[in-house]
Amino acid sequence: MSTRLSRGGRLIDRTRPQEFTFNGKRLRGFAGDTLASALLANDQMLVGRSFKYHRPRGIVASGAEEPNALVNLGEGTRFEPNQRTTTTELFNGLKAESQNHWPSLEFDLGAVNSAFARFLPAGFYYKTFIHPRPFWKHVFEPIIRRSAGLGRAPKDRDADRYEQFYAFTDVLVAGGGIAGLQAALNAARDGKRVIVMEQTAHWGGRAPIDGVVIDGQPAAAWIATTVTALEAMENVTLRLRCMVAGVYDHGYVLAAERLTDHVPGAMGPRQRLWRIRAGQIIAATGAIERPLSFAGNDVPGVMLASAVRDYLTNWAVSPGDRTVVVTNNDDAYRTAIALVEAGLSVPVVLDARARANGILVQQARALGIRVEAGKAIAAVKGGKRVTGVTVCSQAGEGAVLEEITCDAVAMSGGWSPAVHLWSHCGGKLTWDEDAAMFRPDPARPPLGADGRGFVRTAGSASGAMHAAECLADAGGTAEVEAPEEAPMEPIWIMPQGAKADLRAKMWLDYQNDVKVSDVQLAAREGYQSVEHTKRYTTLGMATDQGKLSNINGLAVLSDAISQPIPQVGTTTFRPPYTPVTFGTLAGEARGDIFQPLRRTPMHEWHEANGAYWEPVGHWRRPYCYQRAGETEEQAVHREVRNTRNAVGLLDASTLGKILVKGPDAGRLLDMLYTNMMSTLPVGKCRYGLMCNENGFLIDDGVVARLDEDTFLCHTTSGGADRIHAHMEDWLQCEWWDWKVYTANLTEQFAQIAVVGPKARQLLERLGGMDVSREALPFMEWREGVLGGIAARVFRISFSGELSYEIAVPAGQGRALWDLLLAKGADLGVMPYGTEALHVLRAEKGFIMIGDETDGTVIPQDLGLDWAISKKKADYIGKRGQQRSFLTNPDRWKLVGLETLDGSVIPDGAYAVAEGVTANGQKATEGRVTSTYFSPTLGRGIAMGLVRRGPERMGETVSFGKLDGTVVKARIVEPVFYDPKGEKQNV
Amino acid sequence: MSDVAQALGGASFTGFARVEELAPQGMISFRGDLSDPVVQEALRAATGLEMPAQRGIVQAEERALGWMSPDEAILLMPHAALGGVLVELRAALAGQHHLAVDVSDARVTFRLSGPGAREVLAKLAPVDLSPAAFAEGELRRTRVAQVAAAFWLSGAEEIALICFRSVARYVFDLLAVSAAEGGEVRAF
Repeated sequence: MSTRLSRGGRLIDRTRPQEFTFNGKRLRGFAGDTLASALLANDQMLVGRSFKYHRPRGIVASGAEEPNALVNLGEGTRFEPNQRTTTTELFNGLKAESQNHWPSLEFDLGAVNSAFARFLPAGFYYKTFIHPRPFWKHVFEPIIRRSAGLGRAPKDRDADRYEQFYAFTDVLVAGGGIAGLQAALNAARDGKRVIVMEQTAHWGGRAPIDGVVIDGQPAAAWIATTVTALEAMENVTLRLRCMVAGVYDHGYVLAAERLTDHVPGAMGPRQRLWRIRAGQIIAATGAIERPLSFAGNDVPGVMLASAVRDYLTNWAVSPGDRTVVVTNNDDAYRTAIALVEAGLSVPVVLDARARANGILVQQARALGIRVEAGKAIAAVKGGKRVTGVTVCSQAGEGAVLEEITCDAVAMSGGWSPAVHLWSHCGGKLTWDEDAAMFRPDPARPPLGADGRGFVRTAGSASGAMHAAECLADAGGTAEVEAPEEAPMEPIWIMPQGAKADLRAKMWLDYQNDVKVSDVQLAAREGYQSVEHTKRYTTLGMATDQGKLSNINGLAVLSDAISQPIPQVGTTTFRPPYTPVTFGTLAGEARGDIFQPLRRTPMHEWHEANGAYWEPVGHWRRPYCYQRAGETEEQAVHREVRNTRNAVGLLDASTLGKILVKGPDAGRLLDMLYTNMMSTLPVGKCRYGLMCNENGFLIDDGVVARLDEDTFLCHTTSGGADRIHAHMEDWLQCEWWDWKVYTANLTEQFAQIAVVGPKARQLLERLGGMDVSREALPFMEWREGVLGGIAARVFRISFSGELSYEIAVPAGQGRALWDLLLAKGADLGVMPYGTEALHVLRAEKGFIMIGDETDGTVIPQDLGLDWAISKKKADYIGKRGQQRSFLTNPDRWKLVGLETLDGSVIPDGAYAVAEGVTANGQKATEGRVTSTYFSPTLGRGIAMGLVRRGPERMGETVSFGKLDGTVVKARIVEPVFYDPKGEKQNV
Repeated sequence: MSDVAQALGGASFTGFARVEELAPQGMISFRGDLSDPVVQEALRAATGLEMPAQRGIVQAEERALGWMSPDEAILLMPHAALGGVLVELRAALAGQHHLAVDVSDARVTFRLSGPGAREVLAKLAPVDLSPAAFAEGELRRTRVAQVAAAFWLSGAEEIALICFRSVARYVFDLLAVSAAEGGEVRAF
């Protein structure tokens, strides 16, 4: 029975009971409990099932290293799987459910796997499921997926919010034990900016539990004094519940702070991701106790000796009335002593070392505790709970000398420094033969940009396990009183000569069910590398990332392949130290601010008037404006017809507008565009094409010359930033001596296209500018005041109609839009969206970047030779376009396509040709690039790229449809509407 | 001329810091050789301010002059004064290669105020906003979350932030959620 003791518990507040449920069972704990301590206080030792064999699993540890006690926590919008009970603070109303069991925790069908354990050896999946091939996908994988996995995935939207915080510091101390606090104090006294982060809710680490005395007072007093001193310093930031997750290059550190996990629903974010730039990182991350490998070391009730001590001292919880301690070091005697001092029974301490006579051992003996040196556990008795142990000699093969009844086992295989943060960025480890541990090698730290180490360790993380060394390692000078400890002795298998039956019950990785026998099998099958063995056996691949199992596992491997441990090495330590939830990484980026949404000055009008949105880059543009009872298609047709017959308005504000100014501006544009721009007279506009160095078309638009030195280049909506960067790239990297400046003015102007036969009439009603054919001819621009608003009016057309594009300062855009709608009401003015824009331009045979181009198309493919200067010595893409492949007359070229039956060719359809390709696929001779129903012409129209298309006018080609049939289309000129351009030039 | 429309109509939010969209101000983007005495004199004449050093901004009354890049400066002034300043600048630099252009409408200005103002911004911008590192006279061009922004201290416990107009709503929402009660960091 595990239970709550009537006295003690340094972290609990008995006046504040907390109700919670586990698998629906109502239980009670105290404020200050972790979920694990509260479960143990309620005798809930069995908390889950293992991954592969569904073995009963109990709480093993008391901190972040816990591999077993993971639960589904919370419900609905606050449900989260795989939460470690040992680091979950108890709160009133907490709901937890055990994981990986079916149908119930107590009776689990999957546990039958355990009976067949010898059929599920290391690499079982690789060996068994590989043949026959189709079985993997259709039979094995679905079954494994159903039975595997730990917690359930959350189904609801997370109710909490998260945020990030950028912090900069001279020194970041990870870990708030005595070493961390001491290191922080020293750095702060040197005047450095210091941040100290502690993953638990308490300062001080293990020192108060282990009875350490500092400067004549209990460690707790020294800790309180030091924390108070740090709090009083302005250059120090202290954070509890903040786990330093990872260390990256250039002193970049991520840390996850738990703000309201312990008070769900409290105001404010649930967690905060700290993104820190630290000059130096001090990893004072302590050490993690290792289990011992004996048969049945996974039976619930077998715990780490330090965890037993923690539960006893911190939370007044005893894991059992009779606890057998098994160890290879002196530290575990502290647990035996603490248990006996708390009035509990320790039937025996089994010390695997041949001699046991350190100070702590003597203290234990003095308390009347039976100590057996050179002894080991042969096997643990019990299934869902420890009922006893059999004792053997460590030196032997496991012959049982004695059976001892007990309900808990406290084991200690020594300690491993928590070197994760040291190692994340390449800090090297060295094997300490005497202490049997990998410790950071201070001579080989992770190196920063200046070639110097930017991480160092302090305290136990350096391997300084004794309290006095630990504080001294962190730069402390205080007098530390703690008993001397005799050397530990590495024990990797217990007993050392254990036979196969015992080895197959010695667990290394509790969560993933990897045993000593699995690692040995991997070695026999030829696995030499620890990294390969890890992946083959899944050792250390569970959610705890091998915090308990790695060293034991590699020691077993080292023995099995007869290589010394340092040669076998460790697996790679990767961030995060413990899992960080996705919400914390995403921070504020969710819901409305998941991604920036760019809005034009008229966005709200569109929203209020039936806009059916289309994403264009980060912009939203109205695809069409739906009226009551209209389909999108009907809306588009109405908008097209209205624009052709009356007048339409288009919000063209998203078009890129880049100002190019300077004595060399014309020279630059002559290089950027395929045609000649430097000859453009002031007051006029010219359409231009831009290519990349390979000759492929990347953007198009109208250029207006504002004055002798200044051009305004319009780009596509999606291309504004890209083309501006393209210009600056060439200016800064290649033509740095040309006198040109550019400015991206896209957002300075709202731009409205007023399009249709009544466009001029509408603008005349606004008044203020002469927009007549004579005063403002086609492809020219004028500045003036239109309807009281300063405007630049361009006579350009992307629709073939009489068309003006009016640019006004963005802050005036909505006013102009409203004015145009009001003044044009009786003219039938109505806005049109991007789809109508597409139909209008397709009817005119105008190309669209992204439709007619896809990065492999050159202007010559599109019949745009007229826009390519023959006179210019060079332009970007000229040389590329001369390559043989691009001058091949067989290239697919732009034509119009008229279906014989008037139908609309499916988007993306290919023109099928005779025969098959080298790959045995149907040969093709072209593809559709734009295809629409033309409301103006009352039938389907399309543009496409067809092999030698322009030479084949009048020929019929066939486009394949998804149903296997074809639609026949005649090759025609791409201009379907007003081929002479009379309507736009009125 | 119609009233100039604010992108968000003067939106505001009060949490542990206050977030406000400010009335449009005159803003000129200037590019030129900032080391040229003629350019420096033209900027001085136009703003009454001395061109600041790298990453700096100088402010007086309702005007400010900020360093944006090795060949770019920003000029701030009351909206009504902008036309005059542009004319003056262009006249002073006639024949000299430069670019001076009105960008008032391309951008939106927010004010963050209160003791928590620095913290709100430190949640969004990868900038050391501690008082020791970010002092008056510093101008940062950086990002807030996923978009470009620039900011500087416009007073005690007051930060001015400019961003592009199209993302005004996004930036306002970012600032508001970051300033919401319960999110105090208390790191500065």
